[in-house]
Amino acid sequence: MNNALKNALLNRLIGMADDELILSHRNAEWTGHAPLLEEDIALANLAQDELGHATVLLGLVEELNGKTPDQMAYFRDAAEFRNVQFLELPKGDWAFTMLRQYLFDAYETILYNRLLTSSYQPLADVVAKFRGEEIYHLRHSHMWVERLGLGTDESLGRLQAALDQMWPLTAQLFQVSEADNLLSEEGVFPLAADMADEWQEIVLPHLANCSLHVPTHATMLLAGRETHTHFLNDLLTDMQQVARWDPSAEW
Amino acid sequence: MDPEIPVISLIEMGIIRDVTVAAEQVSVTMTPTFSGCPALLEMESLIIEAVQTLGVEQVVVNKQLNPPWTSDWITETGRAKLKAFGLAPPGMHGGNVTMTFFDLVECPRCDSKNTKLQNSFGTTLCRAIWVCNDCLEPFEQFKPL
Repeated sequence: MNNALKNALLNRLIGMADDELILSHRNAEWTGHAPLLEEDIALANLAQDELGHATVLLGLVEELNGKTPDQMAYFRDAAEFRNVQFLELPKGDWAFTMLRQYLFDAYETILYNRLLTSSYQPLADVVAKFRGEEIYHLRHSHMWVERLGLGTDESLGRLQAALDQMWPLTAQLFQVSEADNLLSEEGVFPLAADMADEWQEIVLPHLANCSLHVPTHATMLLAGRETHTHFLNDLLTDMQQVARWDPSAEW
Repeated sequence: MDPEIPVISLIEMGIIRDVTVAAEQVSVTMTPTFSGCPALLEMESLIIEAVQTLGVEQVVVNKQLNPPWTSDWITETGRAKLKAFGLAPPGMHGGNVTMTFFDLVECPRCDSKNTKLQNSFGTTLCRAIWVCNDCLEPFEQFKPL
């Protein structure tokens, strides 16, 4: 694999791993605080699965750049993270959390399906594994969007407010850089822009069935994955502080 | 033995895929169940320990992700042991997990099929929580994957 291709792949792998890691942390913040005991357990499970996926993906990163998963997770600053912005926003209320999970689960389901045939075999192997786990995530978040959307005026109002806030940010999932064309030509990683239609075919009917209105005049976020809100700094301060207190500690 | 379900062996779980013996070295190929399973490292050291007990010094454990582990690989004996342990065994699905979403799971205590899913996420990544409407006991199911 030549250097240009390798760097483009690294960038995408780090993006996937960071999406999982950051969402995992936000979901783990519900532990002990979820509205129902069952959901407390469910969110802890989602967070653990996502953390597992992040660890596996960072293992693939290590094979390419020599940095361990711990170095990548705990010793990078916000500017070096490549997650999309809507995953780093504070957990918000239950409607925000479940809608975010749903929009992201639908995206991941499509991404994993496409990556099954990646010419980079290690990546095809890991998504084959993730896919079975993701089915449970999507089923859960899909059901919660329905429950809240068809629930009370308050639950629908909260869900709609979350959608108004989040929708413009979802455009970031489907942005492509020049290097991505290279990956797509080599069959390594699908062009993110090509997945947007498939994603909308899944989420738009469900959102409509749940009485939600997708903002039509929103300004979509076009910033790249290297840009972040200050919320990522806050999250990393929390997530990384113990590891940074004593980098030589053994766990 | 599985570290989280200490009545079933890693072979019965379908986790051990292959064992090869070459000169002084034994190689064991394992396929992890769930990506985020915290018992993975423990399983690896249990495998090494078990082979070393047989008098072999060089043991290599290879992790194979593809084909991905499926609960269909749990053996018949393994399923009986799960049930005796109080964990309802996962339904067979032949690669399409969503097919099991319509199945009612049999209560491992009273064998009733009058049960309902309480939570598809449970105390570990591999368990779901059910309730039996007949004996009224909650029980766990090993999740189909």
